[in-house]
Order: sequence, then C-alpha cells, then structure tokens
Amino acid sequence: MSIETKDLVVPSLQAHTGQGLGTGNPAEAFVVEPARARTKKTPRRTRTNFEMLAWLFMRLSGVVLVVLVLGHLLINLMLDGGVSKISFAFVAGRWASPFWQMWDLLMLWLAMLHGSNGMRTVINDYAEKDATRLWLKGLLGVATVFTVVLGTLVIFTFDPNI
Amino acid sequence: MSTPTVEKHSAALDAVEAGSTKLINVTFRIRRFNPEEHPDPVWVDYQLEMDPKERVLDALNKIKWEQDGTLTYRRSCAHGICGSDAMRINGRNRLACKTLIKDVNPEKPITVEAIKGLAVLKDLIVDMDPFFQAYKDVMPFLITSGNEPTRERLQSQADRERFDDTTKCILCAACTSSCPVFWNDGQYFGPAAIVNAHRFIFDSRDEGAEQRLEVLNDREGVWRCRTTFNCSEACPRGIEVTKAIQEVKRALVTRRF
Repeated sequence: MSIETKDLVVPSLQAHTGQGLGTGNPAEAFVVEPARARTKKTPRRTRTNFEMLAWLFMRLSGVVLVVLVLGHLLINLMLDGGVSKISFAFVAGRWASPFWQMWDLLMLWLAMLHGSNGMRTVINDYAEKDATRLWLKGLLGVATVFTVVLGTLVIFTFDPNI
Repeated sequence: MSTPTVEKHSAALDAVEAGSTKLINVTFRIRRFNPEEHPDPVWVDYQLEMDPKERVLDALNKIKWEQDGTLTYRRSCAHGICGSDAMRINGRNRLACKTLIKDVNPEKPITVEAIKGLAVLKDLIVDMDPFFQAYKDVMPFLITSGNEPTRERLQSQADRERFDDTTKCILCAACTSSCPVFWNDGQYFGPAAIVNAHRFIFDSRDEGAEQRLEVLNDREGVWRCRTTFNCSEACPRGIEVTKAIQEVKRALVTRRF
C-alpha cells in the first residue's frame, strides 16, 4: 500500500495537533506496514502435519519432563546429603545402571527438543526478516544437534576408569 | 438526548430524567496520524461536555462535527452489528458504538487509537485487506457435493447449536488485532478467520470441513495460537474465540490420529 501525496500538498488549516508537526514537509507519505502482512500469495502451503506434531510433542514431552526433571533434581540436590555429594564417582555410580542411563538419555532428548521447539516459536514470532529467521533457526538447529549428539555419546561411551 | 416522547411522565421517571442529563467534562486523547502531514502519529486531546451515558462513538462524532472535521474513523450502523468501528479504547479493543463513556472511566483522559497489527492509513482507519484475505483463505461459504436440494437444507436444533457461538461474528477485527501472535506475524490466520472456519467446520450441512482443517493445519494456522485469551476478551459479541480455536485443534488431532 502506498499513498501518493506528491501533488496533494494541502496542509490542513485546522490545528490538527498541538505538537510534533514541525517538519513542514508534507511531501513524504509514511504508512507503517505491519511485519509480514498476509497477501493473496502468502503464506505458501506446505501440507504437512509438522506443526501439529510439534504442538503435540510439546504437550506430551512436557508431562514426561515434569517427572524426569523433578526426579533428577530430587536425587541430585535433595536426597542423601544434597548437592555436596555430587562427584565423578556419584555420576559413575548412577550410570553403571542402565535404568539411570535411559533416564538421563530420555531427559536429554526430550528437554533439548522441547527447548529448541520453544526457541523456534520465539524466533518465528520475533524475527521479521526471512533471512534473519533462517539464520537463527539454522544456528538453533546446529546447537541442538551438537548438544544431543554429544550428550548421547557421553552417556553411551562413558568409562568410569578414565 | 432525553427528549420525552411520551406525554405522561411518572414522578419517578421525571426525577430520573432530571438527573440523567448531567453533563460531565471528558477529555478524549486520540492517536492521530496523517501520513500526508507527518510521518509520526501524535496524541491529541479534545475537551468535551458529554452525558456519561452516551457512547464513545457519540463523542467521536461530536469532535468531528463540532471541533475538528479532519478526524477520520469508520462507522456505519452505529449499533454494534456492522463491525466498522473497532478501535483501541483505553488500551482495549472495543466497538466505539457499544462502549459507554461512563464505563471507560471518564475521570481520566480516555485514549482512543487504531487497532494494532494492521497498517494505519489515517487516524483510526486501518488497512483491512490482510484481515479479509485471511478470512477468504478459510473459504467462508457452504461447500457441498451432489445435487442441490429443492427445499432448504434441514438441520436439527442440536446440530445448529454446535456452531451457534461462532455465527455471531461481525468481522470487526477486534479479536485478530488484539492477538500478540498476529501483531508479530501478520501471516498468522488470526482468531477471526479461525472463528469463521469453525462456523463451517462444525456445520452438519457443510462438507468442506476437511479442506478447511487442511488449511488451518499449516504453518500459520491454529497451531500458532498460544491461548492468551486476548481474543475472547476483546470480542464485542462475546464469542468464546479461544474455545473455538481449541475445538478446531481438537478436531485436527482426532481426525489425524
């Protein structure tokens, strides 16, 4: 939407404002377009269930994470001497059991994906330019994959005798 | 405003009417914008003597007709059904024709500005094209297959009740322009379009539900909604907008699994 004003230089005679009309240059028309306004051609259709699956994942992983994270905090920070007991030996002792390996693995994956999807939503909301959005999401993806892969690797290749 | 139309007045009615025309001084602080004059919007104060039982629209009319003819805003029916005069009054989206001055605290200046998230063209007028584009994109018309019946399409009361709430929409954009997701991302369908899709998706006579759900299942569809309830609060028709959006989400999840 552009408003042509070049030949419409008829300043209002009425005192329209008390303040702020200082420039005296009515030639510049200026309408603030909202970010990413919908047009006939946008948004492009993707026809996938990705958004629905992401939405469902957030709800389901959230419920599971409540148990996993609170249990994790309870064991690490409250029970049996509290935070001061945490040491290499303590972690090694827990990871000797496949149960705690699975617990930590599940927590890592769910928390990382849950957090990343939340960040993706924030980026979708606040990054207005397509390029900015692409870069931020790319960065986010790389960071997520890196963390998940590294964490998984550590859980499975952990050697208590190093 | 209180011209008697009936000859015979009871004493009680006389007493009420005598007190009813007490005028008060109100300040209207209107966010004015004229791109031909200045690139920035400015707040302008107008002093008025108004009956607090009059509406904000009456005040705007009074300003336009008696003080400053350049004030620009949309209004048509002035009775809350055409959906032209949605604006942000004291920071909340309302219809100027349904808002009484006494209900928006006339003790302090009453702020009036254009609805957010759409391009302001002048003063209180915004470009509604993106809003109506989203409305068109959900196909807000009856979709059927087969031969047209020779009589009307009958429907049980229960079936009609199913989507009754969303038939009340007047497309004033108060809900969509109160949605923080829409403010940041104009590609989002927005509550109003989803409400109007809901009106057909849950209509037993309509057969286009799957197509509409498909449209709303996409990136900028219902999954963008974060249930902030701004839309339900803003709706001048009292439609439970967020509930309607959630029902569309539920329909999608149950149909896809």
